[in-house]
Amino acid sequence: MGKRDLLRGNEVIAEAAIRAGCQCYFAYPITPQAELLEHMARNMPRLGRTFVQAESEIAAVSMVYGAAAAGVRTMTSSSSPGISLKQEGISYLAGSNLPAVIVNVVRGGPGLGDIAPSQCDYFQATKGGGHGDYHMIVLAPSTVPEAGELTMLAFELADRYRTPVMILTDGLLGQMMEPVELPEPIDPASIPAKPWATTGASGRDPNIILSFDLDPEVLRQMNLDLQAKYRRIEEAELRYEETMTEDADLVIAAHGTMARIAETVVRRAREEGLKVGLFRPITVWPFPYEPLRELSSHVSTVLTVEMSAGQMWEDVRLAVAERAATPFYGEMGGIVPTPRDILSEVRKHAG
Amino acid sequence: MQVETADMVKVFSRPQSLTAAKSTYCPGCHHGILTRIIGKTIDELGIAERTVCIAPVGCSVFAYNWYRCDAIQAAHGRASAVATGVKRADPNLIVFAYQGDGDFASIGTAESIHAANRGENITVIFVNNQVYGMTGGEMAPTSLVHQKTTTTPAGRDPAQVGYPIRFSEMIAQLDAPTYITRQALFDTRRILDTEEAIKKAFENQVNEKGYSLVEVLSTCPTNWRMSPIASNKHVADVVTEVFPLGDLVDRR
Ligand SMILES: Cc1ncc(C[n+]2csc(CCOP(=O)(O)OP(=O)(O)O)c2C)c(N)n1
Repeated sequence: MGKRDLLRGNEVIAEAAIRAGCQCYFAYPITPQAELLEHMARNMPRLGRTFVQAESEIAAVSMVYGAAAAGVRTMTSSSSPGISLKQEGISYLAGSNLPAVIVNVVRGGPGLGDIAPSQCDYFQATKGGGHGDYHMIVLAPSTVPEAGELTMLAFELADRYRTPVMILTDGLLGQMMEPVELPEPIDPASIPAKPWATTGASGRDPNIILSFDLDPEVLRQMNLDLQAKYRRIEEAELRYEETMTEDADLVIAAHGTMARIAETVVRRAREEGLKVGLFRPITVWPFPYEPLRELSSHVSTVLTVEMSAGQMWEDVRLAVAERAATPFYGEMGGIVPTPRDILSEVRKHAG
Repeated sequence: MQVETADMVKVFSRPQSLTAAKSTYCPGCHHGILTRIIGKTIDELGIAERTVCIAPVGCSVFAYNWYRCDAIQAAHGRASAVATGVKRADPNLIVFAYQGDGDFASIGTAESIHAANRGENITVIFVNNQVYGMTGGEMAPTSLVHQKTTTTPAGRDPAQVGYPIRFSEMIAQLDAPTYITRQALFDTRRILDTEEAIKKAFENQVNEKGYSLVEVLSTCPTNWRMSPIASNKHVADVVTEVFPLGDLVDRR
């Protein structure tokens, strides 16, 4: 086994990005993702790579747009209010088929909200967020080591599908320290060639990066192509995890930090003799509708637990339909439900 | 009929760096002259194979069609930030942003000032036509006092909407920029001056001297509701009073 370090989630995401070959990082400070920005400020210049503290999140994502167009691996990170400002750029990245990684260390909202952990940006992340018919791949880690692994994966998927990919996490995971074995740096030669990038039209026709065409027929085709890409992603990239679901009567559906807490609940419930399992989407877009649908036909209850008013709950209900009861338990404003809170909710619904 | 014989010499042709794409600009608009000047400059410096054009949102949104070089269409106002991203990703590329006054000096205010303040080694061409051409002739940050536009039908009233913004002068207050100049295209002499300025602005980048900004006073006969000739005269007599021509910064 390799060396293990005690690191914060934010630092692990930053370090994983470096090891994934991120050449250019642009961001604007905001709590609770400051450690990520600071890790990049310390390390990117030392490695001969680009770190720019941008004048705003709008500028940061626009710089990412330029660097992605020029063909390098690039990332920006922020927290909720900053991610709202990045929506313009994310829509342009999606429309122009550009690969980039965006990290959202979510905090309580709406408005300025607070700086405590929350999952209240699920809709914004998974349903579009900016203007136009687009999606991005959204990965939701539930432990610090997984935050590193999924960051590596995010760069890979971004390049494979030429699409923005979001790491959706929260202040709890971002600031929590855990022992981590950091992922091995990639071989730069493994990054796919980008013949479409604006690297200078030498010995080829000019490359043009755009999301624009005034001819509705052409724009319709650009949209159809995007949708076809999303169907391919749904086919190939669904990721989820089931814990103790084989004999479960009640399944908790939770993602990210909440799923981590729910795991403790599952263990305690089992000690009490309750048949409880956990369904954890890792890709929250694409959402694992089919696996959850399948699972829901064997259980009586799917209890969604979130740090929001019930956003992923909508996807759970879409998947489950009428096959099982679909109660919800959530907290807002940066309050993190404790295992005890969730367990008493489980007892209410478990047979 | 096109015949070239021994006694006919070709003295004028399209710069190699321009494509044959049909212009979308209105008759009498200066965007076309400026496009040609940029194409000619790219030819003269032999940089087409490493140049990236950042097209804005505005009448020049199609700039990605005009040049025989790589191009990126940017969100409204963000061209200078996008140019930053490209240049930082590959400093060997020659990156120029081409932006209207709404794009550069209104919605892109923050991106424009901060790219200049970082001294990004890029070239920015800022086309000041005192209106929003693309969207139907609304007031621009540069519209003159009393200028009638579709959103100031009674004329720009400074008590309500302030005065025309001299953005280049604002940027000239910063320590980082290398070259800031304001030029015009209303007569041959000014066209030649603009050629020289644009060439300097690109040369600075090639020589890694830092940020260059060329503001170019342009006409918009369509939205000014003036003939092209009257528009040229208007720039010469009126607009240059508010936006004086000449170099503001030259730290090469
Ligand atoms: C975010 C956003 N806001 C508004 C618009 C609409 N819009 C398109 S062009 C334009 C004005 C452009 O004016 P200017 O930069 O002066 O360039 P010109 O058209 O005069 O060349 C506006 C407001 C847009 N495309 N995007």
